[in-house]
Amino acid sequence: MTDCFIYDAVRTPRGKGRKKDGALADAPPLRMAQAVLQALPERGGFDDAEIEDVILGCVEPVGEQGANVGRMAAMISGYDDSVPGVQLNRFCSSGLEAVNIAAAKVKAGDVELVVGGGMESMSRISMGAAGGAWSTDPELAWGTSFVPQGIGADLIATKYGYSREDVDAFAVESQARAAAAWEGRHFDRSIVPVKDSIGVTMLDRDEHMRPGTTLDDLSQLEPSFEMMGRKFGFDAVAIQKHPEVEQINHVHHAGNSSGIVDGAAAVLLGSKEAGQRLGLTPRARLVRSATVGSEPCIMLTGPAPASRKALARAGMRVSDIDLWEINEAFSSVCLLFMEEMGIDRSVTNVNGGAIAFGHPLGATGAMLLGTVLDELERRDLNTALITLCVGAGMGTSTIIERV
Amino acid sequence: MAIIDYRVEDEFAILTWDDASRPMNVLSGDALAELSAGIEKAAADDDVKGIILTSAKQGVFAAGGDLEQIESLGSGSIDAEDLLKRTSGVLAQLRRMETCGKPVVAALNGVTLGGGYEIALACHRRILVNQRHALVGLPEAGLGLMPGAGGTQRLPRLIGVGSALALIMQGKQLDPEQALEKGLVDELVEPDDLIDAAKKWIVESGNATQPWDEKRYEVPGGGANSVTFAQTMMGSNAMTHANTFGNMPSQQAILQAVYEGLPLPMDRAGKVETRQFIRVLQDPTARSMLRTLFFSLQRCQKGARRPKDVPRFDVKKVGIVGAGLMGQGIAHVSAKAHIDVVLLDRDLASAERGKEKVKTTLGRRLQKGRTTPDRIEAILGRIHPTESYHDLRGCDVVVEAVFEDRELKARVTKAADAELSDDAIFASNTSGLPITGLAEASSRPENFIGLHFFSPVERMQMVEIVVGEQTSKETLAKAWDYVLKIKKAGIVVNDSPGFYTSRVFGTFISEGNHLLVEGVAPALIENAAKAAGMPMPPLGISDQVGLGTMYKVAKQAEKDATAAGRVWEPSPAQAIIASLIEDHDRWGAYPPPKADGSQRKPGGFYDYEDGAKRLWPELGKAMSQWIVSGAEQPSAEVVRRRYLFVQCLEAVRCLEQGVITDVRDGDVGVIMAVGFPAFTGGPFTYIDNYGVDAFVRDADELASRYGARFEPPESLRKMAVTGKTFY
Repeated sequence: MTDCFIYDAVRTPRGKGRKKDGALADAPPLRMAQAVLQALPERGGFDDAEIEDVILGCVEPVGEQGANVGRMAAMISGYDDSVPGVQLNRFCSSGLEAVNIAAAKVKAGDVELVVGGGMESMSRISMGAAGGAWSTDPELAWGTSFVPQGIGADLIATKYGYSREDVDAFAVESQARAAAAWEGRHFDRSIVPVKDSIGVTMLDRDEHMRPGTTLDDLSQLEPSFEMMGRKFGFDAVAIQKHPEVEQINHVHHAGNSSGIVDGAAAVLLGSKEAGQRLGLTPRARLVRSATVGSEPCIMLTGPAPASRKALARAGMRVSDIDLWEINEAFSSVCLLFMEEMGIDRSVTNVNGGAIAFGHPLGATGAMLLGTVLDELERRDLNTALITLCVGAGMGTSTIIERV
Repeated sequence: MAIIDYRVEDEFAILTWDDASRPMNVLSGDALAELSAGIEKAAADDDVKGIILTSAKQGVFAAGGDLEQIESLGSGSIDAEDLLKRTSGVLAQLRRMETCGKPVVAALNGVTLGGGYEIALACHRRILVNQRHALVGLPEAGLGLMPGAGGTQRLPRLIGVGSALALIMQGKQLDPEQALEKGLVDELVEPDDLIDAAKKWIVESGNATQPWDEKRYEVPGGGANSVTFAQTMMGSNAMTHANTFGNMPSQQAILQAVYEGLPLPMDRAGKVETRQFIRVLQDPTARSMLRTLFFSLQRCQKGARRPKDVPRFDVKKVGIVGAGLMGQGIAHVSAKAHIDVVLLDRDLASAERGKEKVKTTLGRRLQKGRTTPDRIEAILGRIHPTESYHDLRGCDVVVEAVFEDRELKARVTKAADAELSDDAIFASNTSGLPITGLAEASSRPENFIGLHFFSPVERMQMVEIVVGEQTSKETLAKAWDYVLKIKKAGIVVNDSPGFYTSRVFGTFISEGNHLLVEGVAPALIENAAKAAGMPMPPLGISDQVGLGTMYKVAKQAEKDATAAGRVWEPSPAQAIIASLIEDHDRWGAYPPPKADGSQRKPGGFYDYEDGAKRLWPELGKAMSQWIVSGAEQPSAEVVRRRYLFVQCLEAVRCLEQGVITDVRDGDVGVIMAVGFPAFTGGPFTYIDNYGVDAFVRDADELASRYGARFEPPESLRKMAVTGKTFY
């Protein structure tokens, strides 16, 4: 089997996912994909015709980001006609899954050079726009005890004993680390500003962050899922599935959950030979990835089993990983992951995460990979594990190692 | 034609439904065949401009489907393909009616429910008489069934998915005003104008195309691809799943039929509904509920087990001794049934307070628009508070509803006896003291019987009629006549401590205690009970009833034991209750005041704060002396089974011991009286459906793990061996 190397990783800054003031909201979503896809051959100094596939994650693939946004993005980026594209949907880990599948193609020897990444305009295409049967088809909804994922996050907090203070403290730290990372210019290497059709910069810096957020600030916020959970029966459904829980403690709110934002990311992967031929320097090796299914009602407990599986397949132990990156979908998900893996906050999400930056659904996985790769280099460390909890009860993990 | 009369009047074909073989019109195969024939005839007749469908039954258009036929389907296994074919015939006939090219008006002269309303839905216009009792709707879900003649497809297309689901899922029956408002009917008229109104519509409008067959039709509020529909489905799925705990297949099936059918044209949508309808019939739940909650309950409401050879006894005057909660309720329902009530308590003020409470209850009904000031006045006018036993003179029935104290009851019995004629009967509303013993105080023990009412009496339909050793057949018949007159349903039980329903219910509470002592998490104890279909969980009930009650019982047992020179050893559950009260001053949800008259904080197994209740977090720690700590937690399914099994086994013991003699009474009694899960059809039906053999096997398994109370009675083992069932 061929090794797969990561040659480059770029991402747009994340714009607020709101039509009224989101900086990326006043252009079609493809513009974000265009920004990152055009950056890769430009930065690498190679012909885009060398790229053998563009695999993009997107979670609401309808309307202007529908109908195979992978190919649409390749076309609008001016890639050679010979470059195909495909869109995939693994919900929240789509961006990482796109990278993993791209890597698998390289490892299998089917392609030499490939792009994996993702995009999501949450301002222009709202969450849930793609519909789906899980919540609506009675057979499916009843059989798997569907509840919205915020309820699952609150259920995790209840079941594993994370208080409102615990989850808020995690969020405060995330904001502080994110601000410090921008301050320290940790993201300079990877951020690609998005420009509009007349060449004016739309956004060059993450705009969702709230630096200086305190515990006291967060304590003012009302829980986001309490009304929904109590009034529409979702709490009761979740408790029927997890009957050791008396009552769900609704601890999550806008300040300790991932923000709604727009963004895109792309990772350039390829074989050793392709890199040598094109004069590209490998930054890391994609060691191993794994995606698993988990109990769908609580929904967000997949990262630990996925990570254990990836580690086992790689023949590695928890202690072999230098830095951990867990998507901050909700604070409780991260707290549970750290507890289950036995890892410390000091090596986890060292530059903050989606609570501060936001979580552009289809893109986030690829963004996290780039962010932690930059950090490995900055700290001169070797290994990192990136993981995300995934809707409908899944988890995806990827291990990378610098070369 | 035998069922549907066909006549042409001017340019109108009038089809009049009058099934002489039944008290009401029901949607039978024969009726549909004649309906179809009539439609074809009218469609082919060039002189006919429109068709009017009505009924000759007084106040009834059609009352629904043929429930007996549906129940009988349960006797054998269901051939899905055959049933699919037969039902598709029904759907095709209704479809043909709405596409026959001529306008069809449903001239609804009264009650139009279930299958009757599904026929009306396939008409182009629905005109209803504006009479209070002319209820309209699809009540099938109330019996664990679902509409099967297009109702789940046409109603959402007519009034929108959200409104339709709300009505179908709850089996709502609407009065004419509500039916018009919700769009179930198009027009209300006075009875004499019904046919004229139908003719007028045919002449003036006469649109023979259903809305859903129009080219630019859109489902009101949003069709299959709308956000509204997705949200409605998501919300309905969660709410219904939450409320039914997945125990009611018909609820999911109704949602499924609407979900799958809405995107389809009407020609194909029906089949989607039929699939779900058959799924519902294939599951034992609907048949079981139908048998118990419809047919068996009807027997109890009609007094099928009343001794037949005793002449009917007209109860005109009833005496009620004890104007407490139960006495008030019994007075209320008696007066409402036009019976004169003597409400007696130890002093006039107490008796009058009882009457006052009835007035309060009626006042609440008035606020909800369920009664009128005139009716309230009439009811209250029939209640005569008193403190004198002499006023019991002339009573046909006396119901004793005083505290559960043998001596007190004996005094009441003697005092009443002195005033009553030999014809009158005396009934004790004891909830568990054996009737034979209480009857010893009576000079006419053959006239003594038990009438065990349930609280709140105005709402609880069931009464246990308890026959003592000396109770005569005449007394039993008279008790029945009283029960039926106050519109209650009765089951007949023989004397035994706790009778029947309380014995069964007691095992449920007690199982909760066993689980607690075993160290099962209180949340799991409570949640699994709800999942089993119990209306309230055991620890929650204990708090509601009051821990003091249980405490007193244990204290009495301790006193008795000590007096008899035995060593008293409380059970762990008794010790926990005692400790809650003695060490923690926790008496339940409604604690009695302290000795100095000050109020106690509510609290027992639960804390009660700001209108919310949470399990007392310290329970495990505080009771660690009696509760196993660190116990491995069972699955909710195992706990759920324990609750159902322990009650079923007690029911079988009652049958074996002759406390009950009829499994139908046994099934309906505990569902109606003490909230045994309705979806099961009752404990005996539950065992039958589980399979007697499998039940015995699993009971033995439970017995080996959790105790002898799960050991199946001998009679049940024999049934398992011989392959017998209860039904």
